[in-house]
Amino acid sequence: MMPIGHYLFLSLALFLIGAIGVITRRNVIIVLMSIELILNAVNINLVAFSRYFGDVAGQVFALFIIAAAAAEAAVGLGIIIAFFRNRETVLADEMDLLKW
Amino acid sequence: MNSPGYFLSHLWLIPLFPLVGAAIMFFFGRRLQKDAVNLFCVGSVFLSFLHALGAVFRLFSLPASQRIYQQILFEWITPGPMPASTGLVNFVADWGYLLDPLSCVLVIIVTLVGLLIHVYSVGYMAHEGGYYRFFGFLNLFLFFMLTLVLANNLLFLFVGWEGVSLCTYLLIGFYFLKKSAADASKKAFIVNRIGDAGFLLGLLLVATTFGTVRFTSQGLPDPAAFPGILQSLAALIGQPQFTYGAPVFTVIGLLLFFGAAGKSAQIPLYVWLPDAMEGPTPVSALIHAATMVAAGVYMVARMSAIYQLAPVAMDIVAIIGATTAIFAATMAIVQTDIKKVLAYSSISQLGYMFLALGVGAFAAGVFHLMTHAFFKALLFLGAGSVIHSLSGQQDIRKMGGLRYTIPATSVPFVIATLAITGVPGLSGFFSKDEILGHAFNRHQMLDRYLALWAVGIVTAGLTAFYMFRLLFETFYGMSRLPVEMEGHIHESPKTMTVPLMILAFFSIVSGWLALPILWGEESPFERFLEPSLRGVETDTGAITLGHHTLLAEYALMAASVAFVALGFWLARKLYLDNPKLHTQLAASWPRLHNLLVHKYYVDEIYDALFVNRIKDLSTAFGFFDSKVIDGLGVDGAGWLARVFSRLSMWWDKWVVDALVNLLGWFPKFLSMPVRMFQTGVFSTYAVFIVIGLAILLGYYGHHVQAFVRTLH
Repeated sequence: MMPIGHYLFLSLALFLIGAIGVITRRNVIIVLMSIELILNAVNINLVAFSRYFGDVAGQVFALFIIAAAAAEAAVGLGIIIAFFRNRETVLADEMDLLKW
Repeated sequence: MNSPGYFLSHLWLIPLFPLVGAAIMFFFGRRLQKDAVNLFCVGSVFLSFLHALGAVFRLFSLPASQRIYQQILFEWITPGPMPASTGLVNFVADWGYLLDPLSCVLVIIVTLVGLLIHVYSVGYMAHEGGYYRFFGFLNLFLFFMLTLVLANNLLFLFVGWEGVSLCTYLLIGFYFLKKSAADASKKAFIVNRIGDAGFLLGLLLVATTFGTVRFTSQGLPDPAAFPGILQSLAALIGQPQFTYGAPVFTVIGLLLFFGAAGKSAQIPLYVWLPDAMEGPTPVSALIHAATMVAAGVYMVARMSAIYQLAPVAMDIVAIIGATTAIFAATMAIVQTDIKKVLAYSSISQLGYMFLALGVGAFAAGVFHLMTHAFFKALLFLGAGSVIHSLSGQQDIRKMGGLRYTIPATSVPFVIATLAITGVPGLSGFFSKDEILGHAFNRHQMLDRYLALWAVGIVTAGLTAFYMFRLLFETFYGMSRLPVEMEGHIHESPKTMTVPLMILAFFSIVSGWLALPILWGEESPFERFLEPSLRGVETDTGAITLGHHTLLAEYALMAASVAFVALGFWLARKLYLDNPKLHTQLAASWPRLHNLLVHKYYVDEIYDALFVNRIKDLSTAFGFFDSKVIDGLGVDGAGWLARVFSRLSMWWDKWVVDALVNLLGWFPKFLSMPVRMFQTGVFSTYAVFIVIGLAILLGYYGHHVQAFVRTLH
């Protein structure tokens, strides 16, 4: 069995790639994809610990997160399409109406 | 009187019938057929006439001392305290009716002449528009006129008095699209208003002097509880300020006479009556000859108790009456409009009546009122029939010889002419003779009064002259009609000629009530009226009517007949025997003729003195209104409002709003650093989250280290 540190390292790497993607990319669709990476990093973490502690609750949680991620992707893409119809852009730095 | 019977106890129905007729016309008249209008309007007057007749006969059947019936329907103005010369009294005005010999005479005249004129109008107005409106107004007029003559108090009488003014206005202005008719109706209304001001002041003075406006308490179940003017007067008389000839009586008399002068067209307020001829001819007959213009005479006779105590007022009434009589008669001489001649004749005859009242012969005045009502109504209706036959022609210069073409009109007209001029045997002879006799008798007190008689008898001659002139010009001599008119002449329908015949009958016989005077007895008419006109007993000799011998009576009659004959002869010479003579005569005195044709320029003088001055005043008020009220007041207020609103705006902007902005600016200033974080771009927020996560991890780093070490 592989030591848990590998899993955690992979999860950490995936999370950082995702977080940097969220922060730096202008295209909202890519931001959405980066959020998927973050969520999957968490999933790996959960499954790894579940295995490590011999407790299935972590795997169940991972399944929930997959479901939530699917819903989030559907809603997020819907919002982006609606937004694009109005503003003809999907660039994050042009979405700046929510300020005082 | 134990049981008054149906007709007396239903006295209130007499004025009510025409009111119902008028109300039906007002609400439904537009939708009714002419036959239905006739049924309601003529029928209501007929019912009213029957009830009047029944009530008068019932009263007549009683002994002379009981011939008074009073009926108080309800308290119209409820009792309230009022200071009067008798102390604090409870003033009350009834909605009540009074039938005594004086109102008997008037109510019969009004309903009988009113009925005949309604029947006549069915024919006369047949081709006119506004048929129901005309009959509605006529019925309304009769309601007010009957209220006037049956009222049991002066205030209620005033209601009728004002109401007939209104109806005059409506009926003179019946052809309201014609400017002259509209002007004439306004003139009548305004001139009457001027007189009414005097009447109202007199009424108020009566109320404060006697503490009541009810004429008398006689004929009421409990006379003591309802004092009348007559009873109050009897109680006051003899006190220092209420002696014979006391100023208060004179003032009351003059004020009331001023009102009567307006209504009965006396100098100085007669000017409206000739113009009133713009109305339809039946209206002229009913209102401006027979009934309404007699209201002033009736009112003065009704207040005779006060006049008998005011010799100065009486003299003024007599002088104005005599002056009006001769003044109007001279104007009638040159008029060429058939109705205008009759209008001036009415003024002149009303002057006669006031002459009679002024010399204390109240009964003679009322007698002439009655006979005049018949023959003058007949003259007007005859004139209307002529106008109707000639399709609207009113100028007597374009008539002539009509007695051959319209005999049914001309015969009654001749009878009326003979009656008004005072040809012996007809009604006018008796009534005029009685007035002249009483005027003559006054000279037994003071020789100056002989002038009144002289004026009266000259007026009788003038009356004969202008009336025969009218008769000859219209019905006798050669026809001066335009040729194309000749073929169109048509006799008036039966509904018009039958009332003429009935009126002709009364024009002859109504004077016979005074027939016993011829053999030295008292006139039954005067005896009948005496209870109403008795006045109150005084110890300081009020005006007593003098008596003359039978021989003097015959001499007076002969003198007036001589004057009438002179007038007749002159008219015959000038207008019948040699029709060119009168134009030559007029040409030889152009200035006198002009003066008469222009009616002594009285209208022009009134225009210059009053009408135009009031117009000037109105112009001045208009100038004041546009320049001062509008200019300074309204525009000034607007300007001020603008200035103040600018000020207020400045204050609002720089002080109130500035304060608010300051308050708003304060948190804005404080929030500046926080606000910088909110960029609106979610990438920034994601950076904050990552930074926050990093800080958290840094802070709890040793826990994480400890946890990681436990693994393996």
